[in-house]
Amino acid sequence: MNKFSDNITKLNSINRRMFIMTAAKIVIFGGIIGRLFFLQVRQNDKYLTLSDKNRIREWKLAPVRGDFKDYFNNIIAGNFEAYELHIIPEEVEDFRYTIYRIKDLLNLSDSHFKKIVKKKNNIKPWETLVVSNNLSWEDFSKINNHLYDLNGVKPVISISREYPYKDYYTHVLGYVSKANEKDILTNESIKDKFVPELKVGKIGLEKSFEKKLIGSNSIERYEVNAYGRRINQLAFQQGDKGKTIQLTIDTKIQELAHKLLLEKAGSISVMDIYTGSIIAMHSSPSFDPNLFVFGINEDDWQLIRNNPMKPLVNKSISGNYSPGSTIKPIVALSALENGIIDKNFTVKCEGKTEMYDQTYHCWKKEGHGFVSLHNAMKQSCDSYFYEVARKLGVDRLSETAKKFGLGKDVFKGLFDNERSGLIPNTEWKKNVLGRNWLLGETIITGIGQGYIQTTPIQLCLMTAQIANGGYKIYPKLIINNQDEDKYKDKYIPLYKDKKNIKIIQEAMFSSTNEVMGTSYRSRIDDPKYQFAGKTGTAQVKRITEEERELDLKTSEIPYEQRDHALYIAFGPYKNPRYALSVVVEHGGSGGSVAAPLAKELFKMIIDRHEIRKDFETKRYLNI
Amino acid sequence: MYIHNRLENKINFFKKIKQLDFILLLCILFLGILSFATMYSIDGGQILFYTKSHFIKFLIFSVLMLVISLINIRLWFSLSYLVYFILVLMLIWTINFGITVSGSQRWMDLYFVNIQPSELMKIAIILCLAKYFHRMRLENVNSFYSIITSLIIIFVPMSLVIIQPDLGTSILISISGIIVLWFVGLNHKYFFYSFLISVVSLPFIISFLKPYQKLRILTFLNPDRDPLGAGYQIIQSKIAVGSGGLTGKGFLKGTQSYLEFLPEKHTDFIFTIFSEEFGFLGSLLLLLVYVVVIYRVIWIGTISRSYFAKIFCYSFGSAIFVFVTINMFMVLGMLPIVGSPLPIMSYGGSSMLATMIGFGIVMSAKVHNHQSIA
Repeated sequence: MNKFSDNITKLNSINRRMFIMTAAKIVIFGGIIGRLFFLQVRQNDKYLTLSDKNRIREWKLAPVRGDFKDYFNNIIAGNFEAYELHIIPEEVEDFRYTIYRIKDLLNLSDSHFKKIVKKKNNIKPWETLVVSNNLSWEDFSKINNHLYDLNGVKPVISISREYPYKDYYTHVLGYVSKANEKDILTNESIKDKFVPELKVGKIGLEKSFEKKLIGSNSIERYEVNAYGRRINQLAFQQGDKGKTIQLTIDTKIQELAHKLLLEKAGSISVMDIYTGSIIAMHSSPSFDPNLFVFGINEDDWQLIRNNPMKPLVNKSISGNYSPGSTIKPIVALSALENGIIDKNFTVKCEGKTEMYDQTYHCWKKEGHGFVSLHNAMKQSCDSYFYEVARKLGVDRLSETAKKFGLGKDVFKGLFDNERSGLIPNTEWKKNVLGRNWLLGETIITGIGQGYIQTTPIQLCLMTAQIANGGYKIYPKLIINNQDEDKYKDKYIPLYKDKKNIKIIQEAMFSSTNEVMGTSYRSRIDDPKYQFAGKTGTAQVKRITEEERELDLKTSEIPYEQRDHALYIAFGPYKNPRYALSVVVEHGGSGGSVAAPLAKELFKMIIDRHEIRKDFETKRYLNI
Repeated sequence: MYIHNRLENKINFFKKIKQLDFILLLCILFLGILSFATMYSIDGGQILFYTKSHFIKFLIFSVLMLVISLINIRLWFSLSYLVYFILVLMLIWTINFGITVSGSQRWMDLYFVNIQPSELMKIAIILCLAKYFHRMRLENVNSFYSIITSLIIIFVPMSLVIIQPDLGTSILISISGIIVLWFVGLNHKYFFYSFLISVVSLPFIISFLKPYQKLRILTFLNPDRDPLGAGYQIIQSKIAVGSGGLTGKGFLKGTQSYLEFLPEKHTDFIFTIFSEEFGFLGSLLLLLVYVVVIYRVIWIGTISRSYFAKIFCYSFGSAIFVFVTINMFMVLGMLPIVGSPLPIMSYGGSSMLATMIGFGIVMSAKVHNHQSIA
């Protein structure tokens, strides 16, 4: 019976402990339920978000770049459909076979082929391998015809930049190319919208207006697995195309400028003298910006880079030239404005002048004899302007020159490669060179030599402001550009006495339209096209006495040492509308090389003026 | 009383079938179905290797469970020590000649099947200790001799499993053993003191852990420490459970699972997938099924006549509870990650075999509940 009672106590003990254990179990299960409730009900939103973050990934697609249009709504930088060839390696049954098949079909070079194979080894099998991003239509259709045995090969049509007028607009628009690290770091909107293979503006307006042009990305939303493989597409959000930017340039005139400067190095700028609209701005030689869109090849690049005529420089805004005689209207105007001379002031030209122990030569060895202001401008007599400059002094000259737009950026930061030239004065020399101004330097400044440097667009602006009667204008390239609308204070007079402007205009007229004028041979007699101008011939080196004796023809001098030929003009003379500047680097004399180009230009510019006006009226009516 | 026993021994086959606990059977079957459904979903709505293999094992082991339940509990009583010793020998064999899987030697090659003796040990240790204490008088339970003996019975397999190394299973084995000690009436103070000692010596124990085990503890304390490395699994597990919400994402719609964010989802982390797809309510249902299972097992203990059967049922029921609890604590981020499968739900043959043998013995206790053991 002892055993029996032991059993009883044992059973009591085990049942008591079971009870305690059950109580503990209830508490612990309660804990699990509480935890589940906390995670699944209380924090459900948080974990649902985390789960979506896990599984949903967005892919940005390259945005569609905005167009550039010319004044007449022709697209000058647009988009075309580029034919691309993609391979998704994991969908290819036999990668070796497929890639060799493609190599045969497209005639890929060995180096290109190796590059593709190398790229394939660096990506995940479900990622896209870009074999080519610019196939010709023939190759593209060839691939399409053979698709039946090219599994995993995808011919894709994508949007890419195109410049239909090739090298006409290269320097104004610039070009686009694949974004590099620097582009991403310096431009916020590129950083925001970056996708691999994104093309961004590298120079010119393409770069300046990147923010407006770039557009917004289309977004594809995919469900992905833990390894980043896309499982299925959830949404597609169409991005916006970038803004269209319209230029004031007339493609026809731009084209003519391009043709006139073929085989030459130089620049042509044409401007509306009242609105400041740039009608044409071309720098020669140019190059085809389409070459850069898919990355320029080494040969083409070396050809452009090593060209002695420097196609990469936008000569219109970055070319610093001695203005030569084209500065003379400003020298004369400055002297008149400051009361140094009047229009009857006369100097006797003997071909050379001795001043400050130095001989200063007039371009005409035998001299012009007694010349008044009118004749001095007409024949571009250097001796006359030596004397005027001497009396005027460089500081007063530089003040007037700056007032008329020389020595300052014309486009105020629109281009980051614009150069401001140089209008020297005594203070400048002391501060920058640390030496005192020499009087002899004033004298050569009077004929646009020495320190003085201007860009072609500055000369054009100067001419325009003389032509419009001496009022300030603000050059513009873009129609409806809000950034430029802040210059509301139009028509500030730049003169003290309006008569002085008239005198200069008349003098410039005589230079082109009167016998003995330096550009008389390039005149147009028809008053509809008649223009007034001033030639300039800028020396690139000092002429030695022997060379002066030899009196070589331009063709006999080495190219690098030939004079720059310049010409500034405005027209029609009776009722001026347009001003232009022509610079031909190492072209020889302004009268024989640059002025004839102006003649061709004015014919077209004035013919197209009516068309332009009609178009503008229509533009307003169409609103 | 003796005559009565003799009569009981002669109950026929059909009567035995009638005596089976159908509620428990139904619950086990239900767990099995839930398990297949979850695995089917994990495999992306198709029947792949895991589901197939799990299904076949479930069928075989269910039959085995029924066979065990029809055999008199006395046989299992008499085999207890033998099973324990065989498993200890198998553990020793495993340490020396076992198959190494991901850095630990857990598997034994039995030619036709690979087996994990450590999983079976979870049940065998309960059997062995239940037999050891079956005939012992209550006053002798707290004697020095019996405490030492029972501690050795626990310590030997535990250390053999630690050597493998498999910390999780060895902890579960010792917990199973300790549960038995608790039920047989070991003095409360021993539990209290050993608890104190283990808390005090915790830093000391941690210093003996392997680097990856220390990492797991650090990760448990702060999963965001290394979200893509050590903390990845627990973070993803919590995301899966948390994103399930009240009613879940729906069957076959668990994104965490089919997009492969969760590793080990067939085995230890199967609950997270279940919970993601069926939500809070589904999880409650699953817990309820486990509660019923545990309740039934313990109820069978209370109606069992023999002390051995009683100890076994109580301990086995509590062990199931501990396994479930530790697994859930682990996947819900309340415990460091230790390998511990969810009974029946998780993929794993040895674990299921052990669980089914356990249920078989419990069922045998039910069928032969009037059987007393001398």
